[in-house]
Amino acid sequence: MSSFWSAWIIVLTLPVLIGCAILLTWNLKNYVGVPEDETTGHEVDGIEEINNPLPRWWTYMFILTLVWSVFYLAAYPGLGNWKGFLGWTSSNQGIKSLEESQLAVTKAVEEGRNVELDREMVRADEVYGPVFQQFAKRDVLDLAYDDDAIKIGQRLFLQNCSLCHGSDARGQHGFPNLTDNDWLYGGTPDKIKETLLHGRKAAMPGWFDALGEQGIKEMTAYVLSLSGRSVNERDAEAGKTKFALCAACHGPDGKGSLAHNLPFGAPNLTDNIWLYGGSARAVEETLTKGRNGVMPAFKQTLGEDKVHILTAYVYRLAHPEKPAEQQ
Amino acid sequence: MSQTKSLNVDYNYSVVRLFALTTVLWGIVGMAVGVLIAAQLYWPALNFDTPWLTYSRLRPLHTNAVIFAFGTSALFATSYYIVQRTCQVRLFAEKLAMFTFWGWQAVIVSAIVTLPMGLTSSKEYAELEWPIDILITLVWVSYAIVFFGTLVKRKTSHIYVANWFLGGFILTVAALHIVNSMAMPVSAFKSYSIYAGAVDAMIQWWYGHNAVGFLLTAGFLGMMYYFVPKQAGRPVYSYRLSIVHFWALIALYIWAGPHHLHYTALPDWTQSLGMVMSVVLFVPSWGGMINGIMTLSGAWHKLKTDPILRFLIVSLSFYGMSTFEGPMMAIKSVNALSHYTDWTIGHVHSGALGWVAMISIGAIYHLIPVLYNQGRMYSISLINTHFWLHTIGVVLYIVAMWISGITQGMMWRAVNTDGTLTYSFVQSLEASKPFYLMRFIGGVFVVAGMLLMAYNVYKTVRAKDETLQPVPAAA
Repeated sequence: MSSFWSAWIIVLTLPVLIGCAILLTWNLKNYVGVPEDETTGHEVDGIEEINNPLPRWWTYMFILTLVWSVFYLAAYPGLGNWKGFLGWTSSNQGIKSLEESQLAVTKAVEEGRNVELDREMVRADEVYGPVFQQFAKRDVLDLAYDDDAIKIGQRLFLQNCSLCHGSDARGQHGFPNLTDNDWLYGGTPDKIKETLLHGRKAAMPGWFDALGEQGIKEMTAYVLSLSGRSVNERDAEAGKTKFALCAACHGPDGKGSLAHNLPFGAPNLTDNIWLYGGSARAVEETLTKGRNGVMPAFKQTLGEDKVHILTAYVYRLAHPEKPAEQQ
Repeated sequence: MSQTKSLNVDYNYSVVRLFALTTVLWGIVGMAVGVLIAAQLYWPALNFDTPWLTYSRLRPLHTNAVIFAFGTSALFATSYYIVQRTCQVRLFAEKLAMFTFWGWQAVIVSAIVTLPMGLTSSKEYAELEWPIDILITLVWVSYAIVFFGTLVKRKTSHIYVANWFLGGFILTVAALHIVNSMAMPVSAFKSYSIYAGAVDAMIQWWYGHNAVGFLLTAGFLGMMYYFVPKQAGRPVYSYRLSIVHFWALIALYIWAGPHHLHYTALPDWTQSLGMVMSVVLFVPSWGGMINGIMTLSGAWHKLKTDPILRFLIVSLSFYGMSTFEGPMMAIKSVNALSHYTDWTIGHVHSGALGWVAMISIGAIYHLIPVLYNQGRMYSISLINTHFWLHTIGVVLYIVAMWISGITQGMMWRAVNTDGTLTYSFVQSLEASKPFYLMRFIGGVFVVAGMLLMAYNVYKTVRAKDETLQPVPAAA
């Protein structure tokens, strides 16, 4: 902040505290003109006021808090640009990106600055880092059936993933069910880890402009028919003729991008599993307006070691039984 | 006590009567909505899948109704009464005073209509949209004209301490409301704040905390300084204490807002400054409690027989308790535990139900007989029952929220040996559930007391003039 605003803050703050001290001192003396313990002589509507002295314990408490306030404002930031003699800050404020933040943490640690958040993060890494490093050395398929790892994985999942995917990991509207072994980007440990580390962005365009109302209705019928649902045959036939539009991502057979080794995350349309609802109305809405799905990246926030354990947990969700050859 | 001069000033009680009666009405409405939303937290089905009955829309209705309909009506009633009696003149600009009544009722009714409709500026305690904000400004400026006009034409040489507090509250609330409500309208029912980001948050809590500091504290201290000595029949304990604590209180309170934004994007210096001022504020806050309670010196026995005095004095105990709790919760390391938990809700209600509601209820019980030419309320024993219902209700409420809040705070920060959080959010909600029931029961007690009050007030108002004789004072 500019030195003008810094001065502004100081000029407003200190007089309030000093003013309190002066006010207190002034009223310790009896200036009212009548002896203490007698009424002041004012009387309004039958109410009088006694000229009693300030309670002593209360006066001491006032002095104590005022003295403390001066020390606190000397030690910590508070008076404009004054940083405080402890050099304490809560965090590296004013940072705009994760990269900047990580640089700032490293720099603050190197310079030995008193940044509370950084110190806590460094301490947490020291204490908890080794726990995760031990697990990070082991294979995901091994961890997936290790009780300790799964316990940690479950906690990480509840705190970071359940908001969208649900406590039971069965997903909700727009967020995939993770327990059904039906994958958009792949269910191998490597693919799960990739999704967790880097996130995913899925974009289904809206087709209203290209298809029109009738076209949407026909395509809806055809898409539903792919999952064996009973639909208006004529509409479905008409929809099929335009399916080339969809095939680029969902494949000519509608079995989704994964079945064709494509990285789009376009769902399999033939399995009657629906990310945004499987009613005719919901499918129609998807076709009309399109959909955008975002899975955030956890590489920076959780770090690779924790993601490793989460990978094992997510894998286990879809494979609750340990495969026979491993037993 | 010295002889009370009997003055034959013809005071304007008509606007005082109206505000006194609406205090009771809006008290019941506001608190009943509070009980409903407390029940919804325990039985979520009680929103009946109806948008305007959902918690999110009724919660601002509850806070607006109790603060601005109940509390502020009590302040209007008592301030118009006090300023006339202590200046020994009739109200200045009486038609304007009547406008403040009808204008304020229009504000309340607009709130009751628009908040359940989901129309909101989304600023806590300042949810009302811009057309209503303009009406509030008009009413408030009129209020200031009436109040200060009456002060100017006073026939007493001295301005009584109650009026310092009332004047301070009226001026500051005007500034708070106008600054915080500055917004750009985009339609008749939607506007956007002219502030952005951390500045918006800071302005909001400068407003929010001083709504507590000036409206709910300074205003009600003004009420206290009249009704406690009056009901106790004792002189105010210390004139000099009232000077120190008044000036220190208003000088320090205005800085305390940032403690609502600890550990946020607010700059460190703002947070520290807000915390320092909040902690020092503890002492002048207690100045008011000491001055009120010590006024009872030599008249403690009256507490046994006078439930009105009991309302007033117990309200001061709750005031002392919550003004100790508040500065403590403003300390950053305590705030790290308490913030966002039910502890805050408990703290607010020990202030709102303990201090604000009890002092208002006591003041109204004192006022109604005077306003309607009676020697006393219709039933003293009903006041006594109300006192116990209210006290038990408040204690149930705040104890429930303390336990629930501290439990939440502890559960949210608990970590396992691997550094992961021990509990998920849902687990902490489960732990709070029994206390939500307890809080609901506390609320039912409070509303039951208010219904008794309404009955008692009705019987007093409808009684023939001067048929209710005062109970002879105990020797």
